[in-house]
Amino acid sequence: MSLSLEDVTRIALLSRIELSAGERENTREQLNGILGFIEQLQAVDTSGIAPMSHAVDVVQRLRPDIVTETDRRADFQALAPETEAGLYLVPQVIE
Amino acid sequence: MKWEVVIGLETHAQLQTKSKIFSGSSIAFGAAPNVQASAVDIALPGVLPVLNREAVVCAIKFGLAVGAQIAPRSIFARKNYFYPDLPKGYQISQFETPVVSGGGLMIRVGSGDTATEKFVQLTRAHLEEDAGKSLHEDFQGRTGIDLNRAGTPLLEIVTEPDMRSSAEAVAYAKALHALVQWIGICDGNMQEGSFRCDANVSVRPLGQKEFGTRREIKNLNSFRFMQQAIDFEVQWQINEIEEGRAIRQATVLFDPDSGETRSMRSKEDAHDYRYFPDPDLLPLEITADWIAQVQSGLPELPQAMKTRFESDYGLSSYDAAALTMTRATAEFFEDATAATGKGNGKLCANWVTGELAAHLNKTDMPIEASPVSAAQLAGVIRRIADNTISNKIARDVFEALWSGDGKDADAVIEAKGWKQITDTGAIEALVDEVLAANQKSVDEYRAGKEKAFNALVGQAMKVTKGKANPQQVTDLLKKKLSA
Repeated sequence: MSLSLEDVTRIALLSRIELSAGERENTREQLNGILGFIEQLQAVDTSGIAPMSHAVDVVQRLRPDIVTETDRRADFQALAPETEAGLYLVPQVIE
Repeated sequence: MKWEVVIGLETHAQLQTKSKIFSGSSIAFGAAPNVQASAVDIALPGVLPVLNREAVVCAIKFGLAVGAQIAPRSIFARKNYFYPDLPKGYQISQFETPVVSGGGLMIRVGSGDTATEKFVQLTRAHLEEDAGKSLHEDFQGRTGIDLNRAGTPLLEIVTEPDMRSSAEAVAYAKALHALVQWIGICDGNMQEGSFRCDANVSVRPLGQKEFGTRREIKNLNSFRFMQQAIDFEVQWQINEIEEGRAIRQATVLFDPDSGETRSMRSKEDAHDYRYFPDPDLLPLEITADWIAQVQSGLPELPQAMKTRFESDYGLSSYDAAALTMTRATAEFFEDATAATGKGNGKLCANWVTGELAAHLNKTDMPIEASPVSAAQLAGVIRRIADNTISNKIARDVFEALWSGDGKDADAVIEAKGWKQITDTGAIEALVDEVLAANQKSVDEYRAGKEKAFNALVGQAMKVTKGKANPQQVTDLLKKKLSA
């Protein structure tokens, strides 16, 4: 499988990454290189082996249901470009 | 042409935990903006999600309550899309292996004794996090973002496309709404958004096997809106097809003011979520021991309780269903019945679904807040059962207890002098009095006019202010008139 330039343009749009024409071709080659590795992996016979969703074979640790966080809004909002009345402000997003 | 409606529902139930699904922030409703949004919730770099054990317990409870399979191992996935109230750029959800699959819910459609039962199959239920809230007003060309809700635990419950009318969809939503509250995993508060439904609606010519193209109505937050939105959408789709236009898959919103649904998302790309397993979260393992432990803590479920009420107390399916609408109602009924004896189950059911329900409805009160307790109602019912008071007087006693006029039925009956007259001699004297004073009715009755008899009973009851036992009065009158 290899990606076309249109595929790369679409993935860039979905990821909200702006690519120039030159970057697009470059990215296409790199992504296709990665897909090439995956093709090699897929050539290995894995029938009868359960797929893993994670690289290490351990299970999720769970947290007790306790409120441990305190209000740190002032610290966090000091990093934000724009806030008002405790809200983060972003460019209008009504569709 | 005859059309068939096909509906599937997706419901987001907010789980009743104290903290968020992947962080230790509070999920209490109504806090000032962003004070319950931690570094994990606002997606600062370098943070890691850690799964809340209680959210998993809620999912297990639900799976058990609907007879579903609970996955021994399930996976969290990233659902990728960009929106400012989703700070990570992805929502942590479950995709290929949800925690709960299969199962179903018995629903009652219609009302009264003509209601029919139907089993709605569930596809799956999975754990996921909620997004924040966007506020579009008040900020001159800006959108305000409140991330308090980001990371709130949700169980998304998905049905098969099993429903065939808006009435069935609403019946399912109500049954699910009752069940999640019954097992204590969701507070069911629809105004606060704790229970939200999306409806997938399509139509097809009756008899056709393939489904039509569906449109999804988002965020229905009341049963009434659900009914209106689906009815409007169905009619719209039928009109489109009959006028030769094909339905295109879309997401629509319901506008309660106009009663119409309108298309919301136009970009086709919006649905390409590029799910993949979240590398920050390991597989969730649920052992058989854990499931057994949760099972042992589950209350008796509404469907089982309904069946038991029918067999134990001889109740109709309708009464049993009404009494098991909420756990509080069922408990009230069982407490009252326990205090009056099993044989009075039907009488208790009549009072809980009749007089009590009417009073609660009128004052818009939940049964938990009823001014008349189960023990007090039992006191009234005991006195009906042992003939101390008639049904009519019992309603007055109930009314007195409802308005706080007396601590129990016996005290009210005593204070008001409402004790039923059962002394035969006293009633006989009374009946003689009535017969003497109503010669006209007596003559009419003797001339074959049955109605005149009722007038005499009415007179007797009036004279005693309803305190005479109507059966005794009837028997005595009959005896005397035939003498």
